[in-house]
Amino acid sequence: MRSALLAEYRKLVTTRIWWVLLIAMAGYLVFIAAAIAASFAFAPADGGSVPVGEEAARTTYSVINSIGYVFPLVIGSLAMTTEFRHKTITQSLLVEPDRTRFLVAKVLSVVPVGLLAGVVGVLAVLLGGAPLLALQGDGAYLADRDVVMSLLLGVVAIALWAMIGVGFGTLVPNQVAAIVVILAFTQFVEPVARLALSQVDALSDLANFLPGGAADALLGASLFAADGGDLLPRWAAALVLIGYAIGFAALGRLTTLRRDIG
Amino acid sequence: MTPPSLVVDGLTKQFGPLRAVDDLSFQVRPGAVTGFLGPNGAGKTTTLRMLLGLTRPTAGRTLVGDRPYVDHPSPGRVVGAALEASSFHPGRTGLGHLEVFAPQVGVSRARCRAVLEAVGLDHAARQRVGGYSMGMRQRLGLATALLADPPVIVLDEPTNGLDPEGIKWIRGLLRQFAAEGRTVLVSSHLLREVEASVDDVVIIAQGRLRHASSLTALREQASPATYVVAPDAAALADLARSHGWRTVPERDGLVVDGATAPEIGAAAYRSGLELHELTRRDVDIEELFFRLTRATPVPPPAASPPPATPPSPGPAPLKGDDR
Ligand SMILES: Nc1ncnc2c1ncn2[C@@H]1O[C@H](COP(=O)(O)OP(=O)(O)O)[C@@H](O)[C@H]1O
Ligand SMILES: [Mg+2]
Repeated sequence: MRSALLAEYRKLVTTRIWWVLLIAMAGYLVFIAAAIAASFAFAPADGGSVPVGEEAARTTYSVINSIGYVFPLVIGSLAMTTEFRHKTITQSLLVEPDRTRFLVAKVLSVVPVGLLAGVVGVLAVLLGGAPLLALQGDGAYLADRDVVMSLLLGVVAIALWAMIGVGFGTLVPNQVAAIVVILAFTQFVEPVARLALSQVDALSDLANFLPGGAADALLGASLFAADGGDLLPRWAAALVLIGYAIGFAALGRLTTLRRDIG
Repeated sequence: MTPPSLVVDGLTKQFGPLRAVDDLSFQVRPGAVTGFLGPNGAGKTTTLRMLLGLTRPTAGRTLVGDRPYVDHPSPGRVVGAALEASSFHPGRTGLGHLEVFAPQVGVSRARCRAVLEAVGLDHAARQRVGGYSMGMRQRLGLATALLADPPVIVLDEPTNGLDPEGIKWIRGLLRQFAAEGRTVLVSSHLLREVEASVDDVVIIAQGRLRHASSLTALREQASPATYVVAPDAAALADLARSHGWRTVPERDGLVVDGATAPEIGAAAYRSGLELHELTRRDVDIEELFFRLTRATPVPPPAASPPPATPPSPGPAPLKGDDR
């Protein structure tokens, strides 16, 4: 298993795409965090539903997950789909014919890059959000325990997304299809679904089990449920996310990785 | 320890309506180069993929030594393979590609460099594979196969895309592997391309075994044919029949397969048959290969005289499959 992990890790770092995506992620999150922070900081004083204080800070920083999760998902899915796109899967399975071990190693191998993406994401949302919150609003709350906890869990969430991405890429090994589905789901389907579900009392709990909803719950803050009240407890949220990672990977193992290669 | 043999036993693969490999059996011995030959689409790559555990057979089994490929604890150390579609991530360097697979075959980064050098790619070690030529890719595929210095080497169409110099170089390598005692299986759709480097041949067409023997035995089958004209055509036909020669009528006479001019001349003399023409016709080994692999196979020309002693320890089934 050690050698399989090392091989998978080397596969990732001998290509360039992941750090291109990290740069894109950083730029995008700086921009979004600044925009959100501005909308809080410059909101009229009687703004009603706009979060204030520590909650404004946590909600701003939570975009690392609610907006940023597309990047680790893509990085993770590429780790698998690139094997099929360039047919390196043949050589990979020649040296590791145990396909379950191959998959587990691939899922675990994205953890370091996922954690790195998490740190980059945290720095990006702080860079974008903290100055505005500190200058105009109620403060950046960088020493607040809850805020720090939320940021640390943001790093964990991003690493989990990368693992979920590997599982999803195994289920949908066609690279273009996988990226299109990830983009459509994260940028459109899930946000719309969460908004829609939250309007219907009977279904609002369901939104918490969508992957993005669960990840927000892990952070304890969300753009979609600004008061944080409706979210799952953290431990449950973590279980839901791990469930997605394992679920996709298991489905991929039973479909894509059970077929003939070549 | 002698390197393992390869065994293909009753192997069958069905792709929907197409039977790509059909009850195929043969063996590959150590210390020799076995050419795995057949026209495009014959089922060579599919067979190799099943041998290497990438594709699941519909029926039959394959062995590397005493067990299937995938049951070896570290199969990449036992069999070095370069498959036809040997593919690389275009963004990785040649050296990076080898280093990716090094841990699982248990070799160091220094070994990666050494192998690249051995296949003549040291100058391109830090170049991205996306910029490699077809020939350079073939060499990198070979380097991947040789990474663990394995006792068994399986190469699928290694001469594709190589220049004549590269083809000559591969020949030398194959001979060297065999001399070192390794088990070498190399596929090609051109007999001529590997003729100079193989000891044994396994010839398939439409997924079926058509012939398996040593190259020497195949050459004997391609023994010269002879064109004979006799004024008494019926007597000539009788003579051929009594000797069990296969004949094909041509113009005034007969082409006799597998008998030399002196043999026919002597036989005619003994039976007092007058001959007007006795001409040697070479049957090209490539022509024989073509006959063996065409859609409806005809029996090989020299069906009658089996070599007195079985030719050197060739692959298991020595006779062609002429159904
Ligand atoms: N994955 C597959 N699905 C369907 N047909 C296939 C597949 N792989 C190979 N074939 C078919 O099986 C036959 C044998 O192919 P192949 O083994 O690649 O032949 P060769 O390597 O001898 O040229 C061909 O007709 C090919 O089209
Ligand atoms: Mg082929």
